[in-house]
Amino acid sequence: MNKRIDRRSFLKRSSGLLAAASLPLSLIEIAFGKGSTDNFTFAYLSDSHITHIKGNKFVHNWDRGLIRAVAEANLMDPKPDFVFYGGDIAQLGKPEEIDHGLEILSGLTPNVHYVMGEHDYYVDLGEYWKKRLGPDYYGFDHKGVHFIVLNSILTYEAWMHGKWDSGMQRMLQMARLDNPQGSPFMVGDRQREWLKKDLEKVSRETPIVVFSHSPLQKIYKGWNFWTEDAEQIQALLKPFSKVTVIYGHVHQIQYNQIGNISFNSAMATAWPWPYPSTYKQTDSLLPKLTVEMNRADPFFERDATGWQFINIHSGNVELHYLLPNNRNRIVAFDAEAGAPVDAKHQKMAKRTAAQTHY
Amino acid sequence: MRMNKGIIHISACLMLATGNVVADEFTQADLDRWQNEYMTVMDKGERLFHGGLGNQNTVSCDQCHPNATNTHPETYPKFQQQLGKVAVLGEMINWCIMNPLQSKALALDSDEMIALQAYIHYERRNVKLAPGKH
Repeated sequence: MNKRIDRRSFLKRSSGLLAAASLPLSLIEIAFGKGSTDNFTFAYLSDSHITHIKGNKFVHNWDRGLIRAVAEANLMDPKPDFVFYGGDIAQLGKPEEIDHGLEILSGLTPNVHYVMGEHDYYVDLGEYWKKRLGPDYYGFDHKGVHFIVLNSILTYEAWMHGKWDSGMQRMLQMARLDNPQGSPFMVGDRQREWLKKDLEKVSRETPIVVFSHSPLQKIYKGWNFWTEDAEQIQALLKPFSKVTVIYGHVHQIQYNQIGNISFNSAMATAWPWPYPSTYKQTDSLLPKLTVEMNRADPFFERDATGWQFINIHSGNVELHYLLPNNRNRIVAFDAEAGAPVDAKHQKMAKRTAAQTHY
Repeated sequence: MRMNKGIIHISACLMLATGNVVADEFTQADLDRWQNEYMTVMDKGERLFHGGLGNQNTVSCDQCHPNATNTHPETYPKFQQQLGKVAVLGEMINWCIMNPLQSKALALDSDEMIALQAYIHYERRNVKLAPGKH
C-alpha cells in the first residue's frame, strides 16, 4: 500500500521521462540530438491476454494488468505522440475478449497503433480483429522516423487450413505455447513483397522502427520465440543505417544485435514467461547478450510484467525497464560495442542472484 | 502365531505375483510395465497441466510454465519465504491452483496431484537434485 502511495506521489512530483520510470508500459523517445524540435515519445503496451470466462466474467488478473497500464499511460508527461499495442489483446481471439480489451484501451488519450498477435488471429484468421482495427500490416512516417508494422504470426497454409475441425480448435492449438502440434510463425511472401516496395521509398539514413509480435530472429522454435523467414526480413532491412525491431510475445527482457539491426523485446501486461534456456530437454538460442530479468515472484500478482520506457537516440534504442518489486534496468545501444548493453549488469560479476535462471 | 501366519501369507502372495522365489529379480517385461504405468500417469499430468483441471476461470498451469519450466521440482523441499516454512512441491502447486487458477486445493496424495508431479518431474528429468536451492 505504501509503495502505491509512493508511486503516486512520485508521479505527481516528477516530470518528463522520470515520471515514465514507474509506468507499466514502454515509453519510447526518438531523439535527434539536443535542442531538436523533432524529438518525440511514444508508449508501448503488449500481451494483455484478456480472457473471457462466461457472461460478463473475465479473468481478473489479466484485466488488472491492462487497466493499470492504461491508467498510468495517461499520466505520462510529456504526453506520448501515440501508443503502440504489441499484440495478443485476447487469449482466444473471441469477439468478447477483443471488445473488452479495446474497451479498456479506449481509456488511452493518445491514438493507438496495433500489431496482430497469434491469440488475436487463429480463431477466425484475424477477421474480427481487422474489422475492429483495420489492416494488420502497414507503414507510416512520423517526425523523420519510418515505422513499419508486420503481421509476423502467420504460418504454413497446410497447418492453417484443412487440419482442424473448427476455428476454435485451431486457436486452442496455437494458444498452447509448448504445443508439439504447433507450427512456426512467419511473415510470408505477400508481406515481404510489400515490405520490399515500402522500403524502396525510404532513404538509407532514415531511422526505421519495425514492430512485429514475434521476434524477427530465431531464439527457440518450440515456443515460437521464432519467425521462420527472419533472415529474409533482416536482409531487406540490411541496407539501412539505423534499424530497431521491437517485439512482444516473449513476456520477458531480451535484446540482441544482428548486423545493423537492434532487437528489443517488451514485457507483457499479463504474466511473465520463463527463459527458454531453462527448458533442459532441448537447446535454445537465447541471445548471449541478454542479461535476464529477475525471476518472477508469483506471490506478487504484477511482478515481472511490462514496466519500462525506451529512448531512441538518433535511431538507437535506450531501454529503461521499470520493474515493480525489482531494481530498474537500463539497456542502451553502445556505439563502441555496436550492440545493446545493460548499463549495470552486463558483466558477469555485476549480475544479481535473482537474475540467475536455471 | 497369528503374526507368523500373516508373514507366510504375504510371502505366498509375492511368490504368486512375481512367479519367482527370489524377490529382487525382475525382468525386462517388469521394467516395461513399470515405466508404462509411470508414463500413463505422467500423460494424465500433462493433460491436467494444460487446461485439464476444470477450474472455472480457464487459466492453465502451462500459461506461466511452458514445459513445466520455472517449477524447479529438484529444489523441493525448500524454504518458501512467502509461505514462511520449508514446503514440498505439492504445496506450491496448490498455491497456484488456489490463486492464479482461482480453484480449490488438491489433497497432497490425490491422483491429480501425483499426476501433476509426475509430469513436472518428467520435464525436468536428468537435472541434479538441489534441495533447498533458490
